[in-house]
Amino acid sequence: MSTTEHSEHSEYIDSETGKMGMWLFLFTEIFLFGGLFIVYSVMRAKYGEDFHHGALELNAFIGATNTVVLLVSSMTAAMSLTAIQKNQPKVAIALIFSTLLLAGVFMINKYFEYGHKFDLHLYPGSEVMRNLPKGEIMFFGLYFLMTGLHLFHVVVGGVLLTIVMLRVKSGKINSEHFLLLENGALYWHLVDLIWIFLFPLLYLIT
Amino acid sequence: MENHEESHVTSYALNAKVLLVLLSLTVLTILVIKLHLGAFTVAMALFIASIKTTIVLTYFMHLKFEKPILRVMVGGIFALFAIIIVITFIDYYFR
Repeated sequence: MSTTEHSEHSEYIDSETGKMGMWLFLFTEIFLFGGLFIVYSVMRAKYGEDFHHGALELNAFIGATNTVVLLVSSMTAAMSLTAIQKNQPKVAIALIFSTLLLAGVFMINKYFEYGHKFDLHLYPGSEVMRNLPKGEIMFFGLYFLMTGLHLFHVVVGGVLLTIVMLRVKSGKINSEHFLLLENGALYWHLVDLIWIFLFPLLYLIT
Repeated sequence: MENHEESHVTSYALNAKVLLVLLSLTVLTILVIKLHLGAFTVAMALFIASIKTTIVLTYFMHLKFEKPILRVMVGGIFALFAIIIVITFIDYYFR
């Protein structure tokens, strides 16, 4: 560690701690979803048969499509950081915009997916759902809670990245100061990470 | 400017390669589950998901190029989560 160049040093510490703060927040997010994953595992161990029937109801194709959409959007978010570091703000804006478009595609897919469930009167509190076996009620309850909470994170991530994009446009985020872009991208990757587990656990394992 | 001497720039090409690996692993997950390996299915799916998580953390989230303290923190959190899962299941099965 060099002890010279004090002014530069403080600048460096600033962005480093800002990033660490973001990671601490991400840890709380990991436990928010982690707790739900534990509930899912225990309930799955208890009601294996009902979970099997429940999972067959889910549309694995939409799930797989959304997985690809999120993975690609994660790459464009990561690339936007590369762009801003290389001092290519226009490229960065285009990449963040692509990420936002993909977030939109994800939400449209979710609209159709939820829409279909509502057509079948499969939603928490409905007559149909109340008459299902106990384990299936639990499965669909967890399905709506976990994907709903994840969808909420997609929306928040979208808002955050929109702010980031506008700040890149106005020059507030540039090749020297890009902490917010870095943290926004980190948040978006977390949204992707959670989906990496949600997709096989809810949609695939039947 | 100065704080960039330690700020690593991940190339576009590397990001694209990481995406290709992640997409291949997604296809692999689907294939593994379609094969119906019985008791191993869930374990395999979770194993592949863990590999994907590690790749996202390492490259997209730049942990590979961060200070060791951040890597230790992230590793510690996942270790803590693993311990909580184990304790929960011990409680659930031996209660």
